[in-house]
Amino acid sequence: MRTLYKFHGGVHPPTHKTLSTRTPIAPAALPSSLLIPFNQHVGNMSKPQVKAGDHVLKGQLIGMPEDGISSAIHASTSGTIAAIGMEVVAHASGLPDLCATLIPDGKETWITREGMDYRTSTNADVRSALRLAGVVGLGGAVFPSDTKLRTGRNKVKTLVLNGSECEPYITCDDMLMRERAEQIIRGAEIIRWALDADEILVGIEDNKPEAIAAMRLAAASSSDAIEVIAVPTLYPSGGAKQLIRILTGIEVASGIRSTEKGVQCFNVATALSVFRAIQFGEPLISRIVTVTGNVAQPQNFEVLIGTPVNQLVAQAGELPDTQHHIMGGPMMGVPLPNAQVSIVKATNCIIATSDALFPPPPPAMPCIRCTRCAEVCPIELQPQDLYWFAKSKELGKAQEFSLFDCIECGACSYVCPSHIPLVQYYRFAKGEIWAQEDTKKAANAARERHEFHQLRIEREKQEKAEKLAAKEKAALAAKAQAAAHAGEAASADVTNSEVQDKIQAAIDLAKQQATAAQPKNTEQLTPLQLAEIAEIEARRQHIRELAQSHVESSTEK
Amino acid sequence: MLSALLVMALIAIVLGAVLGFAAIKFRVEGDPLVDKIDAVLPQTQCGQCGFPGCKPYATALAAGEAEINLCPPGGEDGIHKLADLLGKEFKPFGGDTQPKAKSVAFIDETTCIGCTLCIQACPVDAIVGAAKQMHTIVAQECTGCELCLAPCPVDCISMIVHEETINTWKWKYPLFALRPTE
Repeated sequence: MRTLYKFHGGVHPPTHKTLSTRTPIAPAALPSSLLIPFNQHVGNMSKPQVKAGDHVLKGQLIGMPEDGISSAIHASTSGTIAAIGMEVVAHASGLPDLCATLIPDGKETWITREGMDYRTSTNADVRSALRLAGVVGLGGAVFPSDTKLRTGRNKVKTLVLNGSECEPYITCDDMLMRERAEQIIRGAEIIRWALDADEILVGIEDNKPEAIAAMRLAAASSSDAIEVIAVPTLYPSGGAKQLIRILTGIEVASGIRSTEKGVQCFNVATALSVFRAIQFGEPLISRIVTVTGNVAQPQNFEVLIGTPVNQLVAQAGELPDTQHHIMGGPMMGVPLPNAQVSIVKATNCIIATSDALFPPPPPAMPCIRCTRCAEVCPIELQPQDLYWFAKSKELGKAQEFSLFDCIECGACSYVCPSHIPLVQYYRFAKGEIWAQEDTKKAANAARERHEFHQLRIEREKQEKAEKLAAKEKAALAAKAQAAAHAGEAASADVTNSEVQDKIQAAIDLAKQQATAAQPKNTEQLTPLQLAEIAEIEARRQHIRELAQSHVESSTEK
Repeated sequence: MLSALLVMALIAIVLGAVLGFAAIKFRVEGDPLVDKIDAVLPQTQCGQCGFPGCKPYATALAAGEAEINLCPPGGEDGIHKLADLLGKEFKPFGGDTQPKAKSVAFIDETTCIGCTLCIQACPVDAIVGAAKQMHTIVAQECTGCELCLAPCPVDCISMIVHEETINTWKWKYPLFALRPTE
């Protein structure tokens, strides 16, 4: 029996998980149109590779990863790209982002898929395959998986597979482990191989006995050292740092990555997409989504990325008194701006809410400094102090109190007897600090450029003055020389004509240079551009005439 | 009596020498207060304060020759910071000097005649172009100071306000009624 460790605090919210685990995962119906955002992952937005009117196949790459941390985007089904433009996406801001609208043709024609044998290839090959397959962390953070497989200075000893799924209502990982444990274990083997880790630890909360049994059965047939461990149910044990702490006892300190301690953490659903991408060459175009809350049959669906939320919740029998939809769980989820936004790679759960199910929070009362929030904080922060600083906008102080180590798990708001929306204050403070840092950077750049600008002007002035002084000096010297040679008239004529020749030569040279320095980008212009140039020239002429007549009229006066 | 005087004089000379040496060795170049104020200012170099740039305004502030509420790009936050730094009372913007939304200059390239006047006016060298060639703004470097607007003879420069995108959006300050609204 393995010794398990504890993290600080934690809460036990009612789980509501059994609602959606009664029926197996059902494939969601093909929607009438899909809205696929090009920015579904952490890092740079993918670059569109298709245009409106193009016909695409299922799994065809439509967004190319752009340098650094990025991932690919694929067409979730075969059909026609109706438009590429700004559409409201599943984001708390409710702002539009670049999306492709895909109208399915209903044929579901796949691209030719080709798997690879990872054992005979290199880590770099596997990583580039995952990058092009658009595999990102499906636990909710959507961090590109290829970046996490980069082996650096630190040897990764332990691979932690995260199947805790601690948030209430969400059961997508639970159902996935029950039904596809074999594929998850195969994916974990690939990740272990790529990281060259020694062991695999699978952490699953003990409120999912079926999933634990299925995973243990699948792990038994593996040649790798895999241990499936039941961890006590306690929110937020599914946080990467928290699960690592529970399973290994390692405390990943503030500001460092878990790999520096020899541990890397992947979600179980990510492991499955890694397996499908490497074994079958299948890009990430669908995911399991729990649809629950105010619906007749809460259950899990396998949903194509880009499916509109309203078309998905209708299949679970959404009840008429539904008011909003939450993406994610009730603790960390974000309210969706409307029901037309689409399912993205980060969407693990959609909760339909009604007043009966989620009554509006009672009004916030003043903080009484009971420190119950500090008792439950899994990071051992002082939430009451952070709240104080965020509320009074003392951002520097909030940062000093480790605001950026907050994982926004919501345990503090959950226990607050004054019902203060603490996490919202922390989110506000974080955003404000980032914005201020950007402004500071811009100001420093502007200061540098302004100082250089002044330096340049000063230098140009000085150079001009020096040139002028040199010229004057030369003129004086020439005068003195001319006076000295005044008597030698005969030779003076010769020098005079020589000087005239030289001047003429210089003028010719200058003329030649002037013709050579004509703009070179005006050749091969289209008639349209020529017409535009002619129009601009005419306008300039007109302005000159206007200016001329203005000058004349003013001189007449 | 004499030895006491001598000892005192010796101590005075030694201490004086130490202080004199320290004054030369650890001399502070420039005025540190000016740099501190300059760090708070937004560096748009727009001259809306009446001084020819942020540094001159900082110098005037340090000398106590200017008010702290003359910098609209810095916003009210800027005034608060200056007030804290200089130990003065907060003073709101007076009259029609109000902070504007952050914006960036844009040259209408079909109208530009290539006169280079805006290039000379730009305090951060954020305009590219040459005589009789089209000019354009390097949007990333533009501070939105509007100094290029006035010299343009054909009025082809306009200011475009920065729009909020998903990447620049931030969570708002939570506002909740303290008592239930009944």
